[in-house]
Amino acid sequence: MGFLFSLVAVLVLVGIALVGVGGLGLKVLFGVIIPYAAVLTFFAGLVYRVVDWARSPVPFRIPTTCGQEKSLPWIKPNKIDNPCSTGAVVLRMVFEVLTFRSLFRNMKLDYREGPKIRYSSEKFLWLFAMMFHWAFLVVILRHLRFFTEPIAMWQQTLEHLDGFLEFNLASYAIGLPTIQLSGLVLLGGVSLLLLRRIVVPSVRYISLAADWFPLFLITGICLTGIVSRYVVRLDVINVKELAMGLATLHPVVPEGISVWFYIHLFLVCVLFAYFPFSKLMHLGGVFLSPTRNLVNNSRAVRHVNPWSYPVKTHDYHEYEDDFREEMVEAGLPVEKSLEEAQAEKDAAQAPAAPETQETEEKREE
Amino acid sequence: MAAKTPSPTVVGQIDHHPPAKGWMDTKPEFKPGNFLYAAKASALETVGLPNPRDWSPTDDDWKLPADWKGIVREGMAERLQRFRSFKLFMDICVRCGACADKCHFFIGSGDPKNMPVLRAELIRSIYRGEMKTAGKILGKLAGGRKLTEDVIKEWFYYFFQCTECRRCSVFCPYGIDTAEITIIAREIINLLGCNIDWIASPVANCFMTGNHLGLKPHTFKENIEYLLDDIEEYVGVRIEPSFNRKGAEILFVTPSGDVFAEPGIFTLMGYLMLFEHIGLDYTWSTYASEGGNFGFFTSHEMMKRLNAKMYAESKRLGVKWILGGECGHMWRVVHQYMDTLNGPADWLEMPVSPLTGTRFENAASTKMVHITEFTADLIKNNKLKLDPSQNDHIIPTFHDSCNTSRGMGMLEEPRYVLNNVCNNFVDMAPQVTRENTFCCGSGSGLNAGEYLEMRFRGGLPRANAVKRVHEDHGVNMLSCVCAIDRAVFPALMDYWVPGVGVCGLSELVANALVMEGQGEREYNLRGEENPSYKPPAEEEAPAEAGEEGEE
Ligand code: SF4
Ligand code: SF4
Repeated sequence: MGFLFSLVAVLVLVGIALVGVGGLGLKVLFGVIIPYAAVLTFFAGLVYRVVDWARSPVPFRIPTTCGQEKSLPWIKPNKIDNPCSTGAVVLRMVFEVLTFRSLFRNMKLDYREGPKIRYSSEKFLWLFAMMFHWAFLVVILRHLRFFTEPIAMWQQTLEHLDGFLEFNLASYAIGLPTIQLSGLVLLGGVSLLLLRRIVVPSVRYISLAADWFPLFLITGICLTGIVSRYVVRLDVINVKELAMGLATLHPVVPEGISVWFYIHLFLVCVLFAYFPFSKLMHLGGVFLSPTRNLVNNSRAVRHVNPWSYPVKTHDYHEYEDDFREEMVEAGLPVEKSLEEAQAEKDAAQAPAAPETQETEEKREE
Repeated sequence: MAAKTPSPTVVGQIDHHPPAKGWMDTKPEFKPGNFLYAAKASALETVGLPNPRDWSPTDDDWKLPADWKGIVREGMAERLQRFRSFKLFMDICVRCGACADKCHFFIGSGDPKNMPVLRAELIRSIYRGEMKTAGKILGKLAGGRKLTEDVIKEWFYYFFQCTECRRCSVFCPYGIDTAEITIIAREIINLLGCNIDWIASPVANCFMTGNHLGLKPHTFKENIEYLLDDIEEYVGVRIEPSFNRKGAEILFVTPSGDVFAEPGIFTLMGYLMLFEHIGLDYTWSTYASEGGNFGFFTSHEMMKRLNAKMYAESKRLGVKWILGGECGHMWRVVHQYMDTLNGPADWLEMPVSPLTGTRFENAASTKMVHITEFTADLIKNNKLKLDPSQNDHIIPTFHDSCNTSRGMGMLEEPRYVLNNVCNNFVDMAPQVTRENTFCCGSGSGLNAGEYLEMRFRGGLPRANAVKRVHEDHGVNMLSCVCAIDRAVFPALMDYWVPGVGVCGLSELVANALVMEGQGEREYNLRGEENPSYKPPAEEEAPAEAGEEGEE
């Protein structure tokens, strides 16, 4: 259900842009108003969510330790997987965020009759995720060229690197623009992730609409982007004019931009607006996860729980009151001798004299 | 209703393919052997937990409190505010499935709701359906469900089918720890009075008598005294430990399981012999007579209530620091929670080994040291007289307890000790040891008799790994540093890998210890003939005599 719904939802979105721009000519709406709204929603939502998480307390120090702790001086600690200092936590997080270290650990269950269980290394998810996320980053950075004038040095270098697969002959021959590696890798990554979700039964079983939708949406973005670039051969000058207008808050809507571009832009806007309310917020969450970003030093340094409150315990004196006789009999030291305890009890129960006498008699026996 | 556990061949046929029906449309079936008995009213009353009543999970009517929905919603809201972990883990899972086949209960049962991600979705779907606008309006489409009594039954079933082992969190790209979700989910259903007997009764016992087993002070002492007699008989040394003694340098606290049943008692004999061997100035406490903490399996508050007595007793007795016995979840609590819950323990000092002078700076604030760290340090500094050949007939492997590995990181110390007290230690594969270790299948209070089939299923991955070293290397002993392990592994091994025994690390240490004035070590601590015993002719007796002669 989630699968079809999401696919249809993305197609409907495409339709909306097609009709809106192609049919009704609402270029200002799709070229200016929606982009502004989306970007605003994105940043406001992002900040709101992250601040909301960050404001919630971390009452206990609960890192998941994935290596040797720092203990005796002659035992080598695993600083990254069991961080013993803030610096080590930073390292752990850098590896986590940039190289998806935890995913790299992944292994697959291999279950045979017997039962016989083995585990084999499984790097596909890691690979697809790396392809997807890194390519996405490069694509976003490359798109910044639409918003900056002049183009910075690093942007040119990046572009150069990204386009290193220049099929010189081929592209000159058919007149294609330089092939952007990042766009293709992104499309590859998102397709493989989608495929994985369809093919692996357990992953398909756990998938919700919220998992399919972003995949279809991003696929749509990739495809319309590729079509705009390689097929309809968008006029980059016009697009840049639009983008610069948006960036400088003097929006203009130049003529002659293909509807493909508007579809692309609209899908991107939807992605931006949807982002803060979705699982895509893992982008922000990954930095805040208490099982990853805390130092494992809770025995060495006290961690304070801001909402701690006093609790009812059964203290030693109550315990001794419960068992004093048995303790004395077993030769265990007591704080109050039987006589002292009895005297106290008598004093407290003075008005209810008859009962006390009975117990006293019992004791004497 | 005692369930007969099906044979390993039957239990071992597991289908890991999810059913055609979506998970929101399936309900758990409470069958003997796969669910736990309900907490008794009396246990809940003792510690003042809500809604005490007599009920059974197989009843149609669970006698939930009148406003149970409100209680759950409020309970969730409160915890979302208090725990960043909970809040974050409700929001950022991408359902990538990396955690799916990492859970021993999924591997052993094939039940898709035992995939950590789905276990978490059980509560996440309510979070979305009851507390998020999109989920409230779009329902299933936004991954939301409505709160019904069936949901509570499902929570009870599956959150007591998670041992809070944290294996899933190792593999999650965001560190989402389903154990943490389980801990909080159990807190929430506890608000409705839905707990299990195997947790609630130990909690009540621990609250009143100081230990889970409800051993009263004199019984606690007597049990240890029996073991002293055994040591005298088999080792030839009489040990006289002290109880509740003020002014001792160290307070020793261990899980009460070690005082009670085999093979834990042999571990406890090991502690006694070790402390005697080094002449440690320490005391037992009948009040702080429990290192374990089933409160941890109830709620954060209950964990604090039960944990408090360790520090309280250390203060009353005026000791300098605390030494802790071999336990798993006890150490998760001591390591990650105790100081926060009940510290700062200002009256204690930074632990210093009286024999080696080593300062345990890693325990500078809690002032509590694990016996394995302590022993490793003794061995490293040559303070123990050891004859590892006494363990030559034993080919041990080591089970990393979930809590000491993934909630602490004590991985090398036990291996160092093992390699020094026996000659044949064999490690299991890296995929199933250290941070990747598999749970015994009975942790977090699930080691109940009525739950045997599920425990065997959950223990299958661990047992399977043991089987491998048993077949390939002749491993005949599974050593561990956890009291629940010691309690549950014997049955698990008998079921899946017959021929493998179970012991605590300190038992192996004690086997190898050359005690001053000891007799012939013809018998081991279990009273069995020791195959590695060498008759007096080639014994080190002359060397010893020589030393004594010099004095
Ligand atoms: S590994 Fe983490 S993000 Fe992936 S499904 Fe499991 S809990 Fe969710
Ligand atoms: S904590 Fe352990 S038992 Fe619980 S879901 Fe994760 S892997 Fe399974």
